[in-house]
Amino acid sequence: MLAHLASPRTGGLLALAAVIALLPLVLRNSYFYDVAVLVGLNAIVCIGLNLLIGYAGQISLGHAGFFGLGAYGSAILASRYGWPPLAALLATTFAVALLAFIVGRPILRLRGHYLAMATLGLGVIIFMVISTEDKFTGGPDGISVVPFRIGGFVLQGERIWYWVVGALLLVAVWLALNLIESPTGRALRALHSSEVGAEVVGINAAEHKLMVFVISAVFASVAGSLGAHYSGFVTPAKVAFLHSIELVTMVVFGGLASTFGAVVGAAVLTTLPQLLATFEDYEMMVFGAVMIGTMIFLPRGVVPSLARLFRSHRSADADNKANKA
Amino acid sequence: MSLLRVEGLGKKFGGVNAVEDLSFEIPPGEVYSIIGPNGAGKTSLLNLLTGVYKPSSGRIMLQEHDLTGHPPYAYARQGIARTFQNLQVFFNMSALENVMVGRYMHERCGLMSALLRLPRQARADRACREEAAELMRYVGLQAYLSSAADAMPYGALKRLEIARALATRPKLMLLDEPAAGLNPTEALELDDLIGRLTERGVTVVLVEHNMRLVMGVSDHILVLDYGRKLAEGPAQEVRNNPKVIEAYLGSAVSSETSYREEIAQVVAVAVEMHR
Ligand SMILES: Nc1ncnc2c1ncn2[C@@H]1O[C@H](COP(=O)(O)OP(=O)(O)O)[C@@H](O)[C@H]1O
Ligand SMILES: [Mg+2]
Repeated sequence: MLAHLASPRTGGLLALAAVIALLPLVLRNSYFYDVAVLVGLNAIVCIGLNLLIGYAGQISLGHAGFFGLGAYGSAILASRYGWPPLAALLATTFAVALLAFIVGRPILRLRGHYLAMATLGLGVIIFMVISTEDKFTGGPDGISVVPFRIGGFVLQGERIWYWVVGALLLVAVWLALNLIESPTGRALRALHSSEVGAEVVGINAAEHKLMVFVISAVFASVAGSLGAHYSGFVTPAKVAFLHSIELVTMVVFGGLASTFGAVVGAAVLTTLPQLLATFEDYEMMVFGAVMIGTMIFLPRGVVPSLARLFRSHRSADADNKANKA
Repeated sequence: MSLLRVEGLGKKFGGVNAVEDLSFEIPPGEVYSIIGPNGAGKTSLLNLLTGVYKPSSGRIMLQEHDLTGHPPYAYARQGIARTFQNLQVFFNMSALENVMVGRYMHERCGLMSALLRLPRQARADRACREEAAELMRYVGLQAYLSSAADAMPYGALKRLEIARALATRPKLMLLDEPAAGLNPTEALELDDLIGRLTERGVTVVLVEHNMRLVMGVSDHILVLDYGRKLAEGPAQEVRNNPKVIEAYLGSAVSSETSYREEIAQVVAVAVEMHR
């Protein structure tokens, strides 16, 4: 039983739940809550993106596009057409999933740099459409978004959003952990390492890549929809290439193929620019430096490196005990 | 009735005929060996027989199924499994998970079941883990049950690929140079393992340079040279075929000597262990 609680899966989920529950003790004002909500939303995107990049080994430099489509889809349906926000969110998510399914099929045949360029292109196209179709999207000025409401209950204020996003983050982590431990998740990790090795045991690699691409797009889209309602405003900045790069940097920094790494990466790299607010113009430089630094000093990312360190300490301890006995 | 039938199979790479106009049949329950010098087209043939390469001509039939032109996973689903000459181990996973991936076709589940980890899914996963562990013991990898794949020695990785292939529950198993890179003791253990595979009802195709192993376990032998069939038949016949002796087994004497050396080494190891 105790071993079960200490497993990376259950233990990690409990630890994350504890952090979310206790964090308000140090969140002194609504600005802190605001940063925490942004962390949570980015973390949800990164968990999905990490399934694609970290586990299945397929790069995407266009995920801000799916985030943006989620945000604008919800904004347009709920604010312009008066749809109930939940219905707008669900319809948008479905549409984004469908789009990812359709464009993913040809794109995911590509590998490495070619896949990177194709996803980058996809992100750029989405950005262009959103910033030029100003009749619907408000163009470069953006568009304001009604608050999220379910029935008579209106989600408003950083504190309420904190708990909602915190709960959804836990759900996202739980779903990702479940997937990774399933036959499907093992198939994804296998094809990352050897596509031919995976295919000859009966795995349809193309189908699996497409599936995880759609899942990661859905995570991004849902976070985008929620973010739009939360901040009450969306601009094309959230759809831009730069944002895609930020997301990938978070995943790489936190640790590829580590779900908790994706959360840590999102937390650190969402908070850091806030602390360095005076350096706003240099934000991209900071991200670039973090990317280079991670690649050089922590090629596995923060969380896997720490986990490895911890494990080797423990086994060293065990060795010491064994030697003494 | 043969298990696998190949008719007029060919594979061209630019001007090179890696495999040319090849026809043969593999009877069920046998060990069917494919030998030939380096570059003869043995690996290309296995790639064709698992859908990794698409043939330029010819047909591949497994029992009544025409698999020509199908993707690799379709071959796997019809019961063909393989190992690789250049290892294709999943180095990002544990040894046990590698074998669990081999169970994919029998474990595969809906996306919802995977995402929500329904109790049924959790149970199936535990069963899968146990079966994979059982297979690792079966191929002699009990020492590596909790190892990461990237921490295992070469000889163990070759067995790991066999366990992964077995996990697919194949009718036909293709082994590409399983003895290459093994020490003599490990190579001797392979005879026993291949014997047990056929007892399990698995038909084995063995591509191998180790003549001691080939002559010891084969029922039929196919000799390839420049992608073409040089000879084929029951092991004894092929062994005494003058064409084969000339073209390929010219080194038979030296392989006899190395066999004696191997035995000497194995005896030495056994004596050592007995002490
Ligand atoms: N993917 C490939 N592309 C080009 N040539 C290949 C490819 N695979 C095999 N060949 C060629 O086919 C011939 C047979 O190679 P191979 O099947 O590896 O032989 P073997 O396994 O008997 O040593 C060689 O000339 C090799 O260069
Ligand atoms: Mg070969």
